[in-house]
Amino acid sequence: MDLVVYSLKKLYKIFRNEVLVLPSRVIVALFFIALLGLPLVTRDPYIIRIVILTSIFAIFAASWDLLSGFTGQMNFGHALFFGVGAYSSALINLHAHIPPWGSVPLGAIAAVLAGLIVGIPCLRLKHTYLALTTLAFPIILTGIIFALPDYTGGELGVSGITRFTNSLLGNYYLHVVTMLTLAVIMWKITDSNTGIIFHAIREDELAVKASGINTTFYKLLAFSLSGLFAGIAGGLYAHYMRIAGPSTLEVSMSFMVVIWAIFGGAATIYGPIAAVFILFPLLEFFRFWPEYRTMIFAAVVLVILLYMPEGIIHWIRDKIEKECPRCKIRNVATRKSCRICTADLD
Amino acid sequence: MNILISGLITGSMLALLAIGFSLIFGVARIINIAHTAFYMLAAYSIYYLSVRSGVNPLLSMLVAVVAVTVLGLLVYLFLIDPIREHEGAVLIATIALAMVFQEVVLLTFTGDYRTVDFLITGFFTVGGVKVFYQQMLTFGVVLLTLVALWLLLMKTKLGLAIRSMAEDREVANLMGMNESRLAMITMGISVALAGFTGAVLAPLTVLNPYMWMEPLIIMMAVVVLGGMGSIKGSFVAAFILGFTEAAVVFLIPKGAFLRGSVALTIMILVLLIRPEGLFGVAFEEER
Repeated sequence: MDLVVYSLKKLYKIFRNEVLVLPSRVIVALFFIALLGLPLVTRDPYIIRIVILTSIFAIFAASWDLLSGFTGQMNFGHALFFGVGAYSSALINLHAHIPPWGSVPLGAIAAVLAGLIVGIPCLRLKHTYLALTTLAFPIILTGIIFALPDYTGGELGVSGITRFTNSLLGNYYLHVVTMLTLAVIMWKITDSNTGIIFHAIREDELAVKASGINTTFYKLLAFSLSGLFAGIAGGLYAHYMRIAGPSTLEVSMSFMVVIWAIFGGAATIYGPIAAVFILFPLLEFFRFWPEYRTMIFAAVVLVILLYMPEGIIHWIRDKIEKECPRCKIRNVATRKSCRICTADLD
Repeated sequence: MNILISGLITGSMLALLAIGFSLIFGVARIINIAHTAFYMLAAYSIYYLSVRSGVNPLLSMLVAVVAVTVLGLLVYLFLIDPIREHEGAVLIATIALAMVFQEVVLLTFTGDYRTVDFLITGFFTVGGVKVFYQQMLTFGVVLLTLVALWLLLMKTKLGLAIRSMAEDREVANLMGMNESRLAMITMGISVALAGFTGAVLAPLTVLNPYMWMEPLIIMMAVVVLGGMGSIKGSFVAAFILGFTEAAVVFLIPKGAFLRGSVALTIMILVLLIRPEGLFGVAFEEER
């Protein structure tokens, strides 16, 4: 009994000292609770559906951030991974009759292969060349899909895929929990040694090479990791919508993920996720004025960017928190002195 | 013969677009996704002026190019210049801008396909293929523009400034060139080129609000293939890809689906051998 009380007390202490001290961490905790508790408040299938789609796209946007935000390998053709994941898990499910539990990981592996196929030729390219070349890959694949309608369904796509479950709540928790888990995994990756090397490659590849790090390996790793997560997102999307169509490979899909990630703040992982959770429901909300929907959406993005060019999450974080000038620990904006080293903040 | 004509027209369109795109990228490091959206806007303004309002086609072309250029400058001043420091933000600002233009066109003119009348009618026949005078005219005008642009860039002080800014921004700045003013002038030239392309091509293409998407991608392929910032490179690459597209469409069954794929595959194959493009110079890495 004492042990239980002791560990509960310790847990509460950790929670108070690590989470409650920073408003951004409180927001993240609230976000987790809100997502997991949403079905208690409403079971409206429309809202559930939007949250599920938002979660899928959040994985997708975060995977772009892993590759382009962190490693600096600007990818304009990220829809390729999404599309490959969607199409391959759909085809595997349809022809090999493998249930979604098996076909989504297999689709993700196909997306990893796609990541390597894109990554290897792109190793020699830098910056804008890379960005514009990667844009080409999903379009090439779309052309192939249209030219081989017997295997890929052409313009109609692959349909008749089985769902994970047919229950509303089951679907909701499956997607939301997957999203949260993958987000934490991605965040952990970027927080590890590998993540620091990714960061360094973006800042100065030559210096990283000079430090004896195999940048080729790490760049390919970034491509395959990003492909893996985007492929999972694609597979989930295909199984949820029960169709894998050429729309998953469209240019606008590639552009959308760039908008999400940069709007939220690149190189943070949680930035793109937050941006998707703001922008995607917003786009749905604008369905009240269907003709003006895309225009209002683009205008909102433009105006917000004018005021927060670094991304909305960076902006909010700088408003509610400040960095200690001495020990670089973040503090609540209302504090006068740093919570760790007591240096004056201003 | 069909391939030749279609390739020449596509190639000249791509060359003009790609040169404008790579100009503004070279000088200001702006990846202007909205570049082809300006091209679309110009084509639609001509449609509006000459077909709907009955203005003289030549005059309406002039008005369209000027209007689009002014719009481009305004956009640069109010939307792009304030966030110039943040490359990512500029990038998605231009994407959002292109979406806004597309929606505006969609709302004003609806999604129907529109056409603009030829400036001069009539055709002659070569090898059993109709060649419209309009096509020859377009091609001639494009060549003239390219020559004029080449003269501007190579023989004038402004051209020298643009080229040096593209080569090394900091040194050019130290030599007393006003970076932001030059960027603005280049933006003007670049948008004017896009508008002009829209103007000369409007009679030959079908207008619809999504017409900016496809040339955008091929144009980027041209810029990359020819080498960033190289006008000669863009010119050659534009015709290579233009002819490839035309050949694929006419020679391969179902080629219309594959034309983008084949052109882009060629680009990737060339980049594997020469990562800096056909005529690009491998610059010292900016640090």
